[in-house]
Amino acid sequence: MAWNLKEDLRDCLVAAAPYGGPIALLKNNFRKEKSLGSRPLLEIYSASGVPLASVLWKSGQVVQLGWTASEDLLCIQEDGTVLIYNLFCEFKRHFSMGNEVLQNHVREAKVFHTEYGTGVAILTGAHRFSLTTNIDDLKLRRMPEVPGLQKLPSCWAVLSQDRVTIILLAVGQDLYLLDNTSCSVVTPPGISAHAGAYVQMAVSFNYRYLALFTDTGSIWMGTSSLKEKLGEFSCDFRAPPRQMVWCTRPRSKQRAVVVAWDRRLLVAGNSKECIQFVLDEDSYLVPELDGVRIFSCTTHEFLHEIPEASEEIFKIASMAPGALLLEAQREYEKQSQKADEYLREIKDQNLLAEAVRQCIEAAGYEHEPETQKSLLRAASFGKCFLDKFPSESFVWTCRDLRVLNAIRDYQIGIPLTFAQYKQLTIEVLLDRLVLRRLYPLAIKICEYLRLSEFQGVSRILAHWACYKVQQKDKSDEEVAHAINQKLGDTPGISYSEIAARAYDCGRTELAIKLLEYEPRSGEQVPLLLKMKKSQLALNKAIESGDTDLVYTVVLHLKNELNRGTFFMTLQKQPVALSLYRQFCKHQELETLKDLYNQDDDHQELGNFHVHSSYSSEKRIEGRVGALQNAVDEYYKAKNEFAAKATEDQIKLLRMQRRLQDELDKPYVDYSLHDTVYSLILDGNHKRAEQLYRDFRIPDKRFWWLKISALAEREDWEEMEKFSKSKKSPIGYLPFVEICMKHHNRHEAKKYAARVTPEQRVKAHILVRELDQAADAAIEHKNENEMNLVLSKCTAATDSLVVEKINRAKAQTLKK
Amino acid sequence: MFTLKAGRLPPADVKNIIFLVRPRLELMDIIAENVLSEDRVRSPLRDFHILFVPRRSLLCEQRLKDQGVLGSFIHREQYSLDLIPFDGDLLSMESESAFKECYLENDQTSLYQAAKGLMTLQALYGTIPQIFGKGDCARHVANMMIRMKREFPGGQNSIFPIFDTLLLLDRNVDLLSPLATQLTYEGLIDEIYGIQNTYVKLPPEKFAPKKQGEGGKDLPTEPKKLQLNSAEELYAEIRDKNFNAVGSVLSKKAKIISAAFEERHHAKTVGEIKQFVSQLPHMQAARSSLANHTSIAELIKDITTSEDFFDNLTVEQEFMSGIDTDKVNNYTEDCIAQKHPLIKILRLVCLQSVCNSGLKQKVLDHYKREILQTYGYEHILTLNNLEKAGLLKLQTSSRNNYPTIRKTMRLWMDDVNEQNPNDISYVYSGYAPLSVRLAQLLARPGWRSIEEVLKMLPGPHFEERQQLPTGLQKKRQQGENRVTLVFFLGGVTYAEIAALRFLSQMEDGGTEYVIATTKLINGTNWIKSLMEKLEPPPF
Repeated sequence: MAWNLKEDLRDCLVAAAPYGGPIALLKNNFRKEKSLGSRPLLEIYSASGVPLASVLWKSGQVVQLGWTASEDLLCIQEDGTVLIYNLFCEFKRHFSMGNEVLQNHVREAKVFHTEYGTGVAILTGAHRFSLTTNIDDLKLRRMPEVPGLQKLPSCWAVLSQDRVTIILLAVGQDLYLLDNTSCSVVTPPGISAHAGAYVQMAVSFNYRYLALFTDTGSIWMGTSSLKEKLGEFSCDFRAPPRQMVWCTRPRSKQRAVVVAWDRRLLVAGNSKECIQFVLDEDSYLVPELDGVRIFSCTTHEFLHEIPEASEEIFKIASMAPGALLLEAQREYEKQSQKADEYLREIKDQNLLAEAVRQCIEAAGYEHEPETQKSLLRAASFGKCFLDKFPSESFVWTCRDLRVLNAIRDYQIGIPLTFAQYKQLTIEVLLDRLVLRRLYPLAIKICEYLRLSEFQGVSRILAHWACYKVQQKDKSDEEVAHAINQKLGDTPGISYSEIAARAYDCGRTELAIKLLEYEPRSGEQVPLLLKMKKSQLALNKAIESGDTDLVYTVVLHLKNELNRGTFFMTLQKQPVALSLYRQFCKHQELETLKDLYNQDDDHQELGNFHVHSSYSSEKRIEGRVGALQNAVDEYYKAKNEFAAKATEDQIKLLRMQRRLQDELDKPYVDYSLHDTVYSLILDGNHKRAEQLYRDFRIPDKRFWWLKISALAEREDWEEMEKFSKSKKSPIGYLPFVEICMKHHNRHEAKKYAARVTPEQRVKAHILVRELDQAADAAIEHKNENEMNLVLSKCTAATDSLVVEKINRAKAQTLKK
Repeated sequence: MFTLKAGRLPPADVKNIIFLVRPRLELMDIIAENVLSEDRVRSPLRDFHILFVPRRSLLCEQRLKDQGVLGSFIHREQYSLDLIPFDGDLLSMESESAFKECYLENDQTSLYQAAKGLMTLQALYGTIPQIFGKGDCARHVANMMIRMKREFPGGQNSIFPIFDTLLLLDRNVDLLSPLATQLTYEGLIDEIYGIQNTYVKLPPEKFAPKKQGEGGKDLPTEPKKLQLNSAEELYAEIRDKNFNAVGSVLSKKAKIISAAFEERHHAKTVGEIKQFVSQLPHMQAARSSLANHTSIAELIKDITTSEDFFDNLTVEQEFMSGIDTDKVNNYTEDCIAQKHPLIKILRLVCLQSVCNSGLKQKVLDHYKREILQTYGYEHILTLNNLEKAGLLKLQTSSRNNYPTIRKTMRLWMDDVNEQNPNDISYVYSGYAPLSVRLAQLLARPGWRSIEEVLKMLPGPHFEERQQLPTGLQKKRQQGENRVTLVFFLGGVTYAEIAALRFLSQMEDGGTEYVIATTKLINGTNWIKSLMEKLEPPPF
């Protein structure tokens, strides 16, 4: 161990995280007198004893230390407060285990891990248990009371069965099971009546097995469901052990419990025999998935069941295929012919593949690179004599071992076994390296394992950058540059996250610099707003083209700035300005006017007033007023046409108002056309003429209008009068058409006679005088017209006409 | 599923209510009304959720907040449905107001959505290596696409690209095509009856079951609703034809089908009868499809043979071929005098303006005055909108560019063949849509040949390349077609689509086209979207 401990481990509060995790020591915790010089000291070491950080403990009395699954340190205090520190003794947050604890104090506590996350269970001075199964989603559960419990239980443990967390506790010779609602007495099956009082219990890593130690020295081993007994062992030591933990390997049939006293270690299992070790110093046991880590002031060891493959190979005088292959390879290196003999022996039994497999597997279990190498060499040697041995397992074992050897190095200090590594997964291992700020190693591993950039290198770089921005001794320029150089355009990097971290550290300038590298505007804008860089945010939002984002900023600016500045800002950003106009159109009409005013946009102001003359003004005078405003604005905009038109509109509106009063009919908001039409329809020809003159309606249109209205009125007399008033500017064909439309063929004929020669054929067709139409067409010698007439003929009635035309056509052809 | 209506929600025994809406403010008011009236009923408490299509909008949420109902929504999410497939080769965003927003209000929300839609398309069908574009909006969309590409984490898209080229076209590069009356079958259906989301509603009379003896009593009064897309074999064949070529196809089909039905008399053996029966469903479907389209064609023919349609078309074609575009047009004047529908007038006047690169002050003012006097002064704002959009304008320079453009790009073809077309001009019986000509010239011989004309059209033209990893670069085989996605920003007409489909089918064309747009339009609904609706106050 790299540490240089002066204290005995037993004087410290110790917590070591599983999976080769860090070790936390709280020194001087038990001293009662709290003089200044002897404040408790919290120290964190790597598993190899390399100090990571330390801090003088200034909070309350700590009852228990424990590590979460994500390697944060939990310090459970007497008052029920749980403080969370990271690996580097930096305070993260705290939470409380309930108010009730304030008086009763936490007497004992345990940290446990289930599929829900990391949990904490406490036992209070009132002999009540409380627990939470996930400290990240805190839900406190107060367990029911144990009837008749007057003193602290001699030992207890947290069990997790079928996703329910329960507590098993022992009081003297009685065992109680506490679940959410009830407390029941239980008896382990097959325990002898004279076993005595329980003094220690141990639950296996996977919660499947339970071991109980009684004051008669008897160890009961069984399943944690208390349904099955696995074995019993009686030892000579009656003193309560300091620690008792399970030491098993997943899927192994051997199950053993390691019991530790001050200077003695005992391994008990199914058999009558046990193994004993002498401990030279204070030691601490850390249960692991596949064994037990034992560390003391000077050493750190791993005790585990020898895996089958290793046993087969390294057993003395083993004739297992793996062992023979290893031997064969050694002889081969010595250039001895014995190699062939060994190899032949394996091959004869047809076990070469098995031998290679054994060697590969055993290599995985080895910690010593030399042994790993020789086993792998043997495997590779054996592979040469096999036709189709899939190479993946060999390649992957080599890769994994490389990674494992790298992290097992004492400077890194994560002594993972192969099984633990597989259980933990590479992703979690990378997270842990990142937590330890071992960025280069993490990146090397990603590159070596060829992980995709997205889940590998980028993630690590981002973490690195977040750490980098916290380095206060470097200038913003330097940091931003360093980060960009390393990160570049690596996909999956969120510069905005890094910038947010920088901003949290109070480095706004740096955050802005970093945001420049962020390609996603959606990410830039919220942070810029948070940092009160709204103008910049507006630029970014507009760049993105995302109008909703622009609105977000604009509305933010509207609240942040005074009106003048706000308008000035918009002025510089046409995109934002037009969007804000849309907003105003729907929400704040008056503001819209102000905006146009500021821009001197008289055309739009004119339109605005026209709009309001329809939408907001109800009385005629109000509407005229609004329109008058529009006229003024249109003049200012030099839009003479619009101004004149609007003046006309005012004139019309006034006139209509008068008509309405005089004639008691609605006229307002009729178009000029409709007004005149309606007047003619009512026979008010004078007034119609008046409007025609006042508004200088073009003759052509007026004639059309008048004859349509007259026809609708069926005032044929007036129409005839009108037709003779002067020469029609639209000719007389429209008269014919309109009469026919109102089914007055008689009148229509009158006008048909008056149309110009070119229109005559058409007119005659209209009034259904095909004979005359034919005559006209023949007279014109126009074949098209003749065909037109023909197309209107029906064989039954018009045979004469048809004949006539055909004759004429024939004649024209002759010529 | 209910359509959104003001007032109380229809009664239904449900716990959850989901509003699926476009992010438009007026819809928010309706939703607020729905939610508020709900609470008053004191029915079992329901959970409300709102899904914005295609994007959440801050303004809408603000509006809901102002109405005091924002908190009632448990989920407020978005359903990013940007491009909706309308047919095998046609995608539309169906954003009605896209053109108005872009060109009148300078609100580029729909362009952002277009860019998003294109990114989704690229995520599914591979990065499009070449982007061409013409117009300000096209430039903006291309910029956003390039930007969004940088924003996407995860690096390269490893899908083999389906599209070779993307062509972004602003609608205001070619304002002419939508104004002209479309003369393809589908185009005419849209012009006359309006196709909405591939459905058309037709007057029912022609579709009455032809059974004699029942008398004309129970003629259906509900409009006949038909779905129109290429899944219908006959429709796929005739939709893009000039209407004048549809009749012959229909009669040919009729003969084939009745011949097929006659077959049954020849079926002698059980096996033959079985074979005949197995074909029956398909034949019956074909027969009803034929009946439907014959009816539609008759309906359309009634209109296309009317004098007014003919006169209108004649004037349009005169304008497009450059005859008398600088004078007040008699026909237009007469139509105003007879108070024909305003939109028709606006289409004619705008068409004339576009074909003359703007109108002389006197002509323009005359038209405007005529329109205001006849249809009401409130339309002054509509006219203003049309001027802002460039549809109506004053001829500023003395030079009229349209003839040059028309000649260089061969927009007017005198010898058009409607039955067996050899050029895209058949879709307007003479006029070749400028937008499609641009696409055609881009494919061959390239835009370099028309640099001069491109400069006369509004907005920049540009080319962008998106790098592909070497593994994804296409190795073109002989005779393999290139695929071009043409995106019309601001809408596209059925006639233009027909023209592009015609180009796809040309044997020596070498390019297949897929079409995307913000909205399927025709001149009528397009002009309508630009009109300002001013309602006189109740007096």
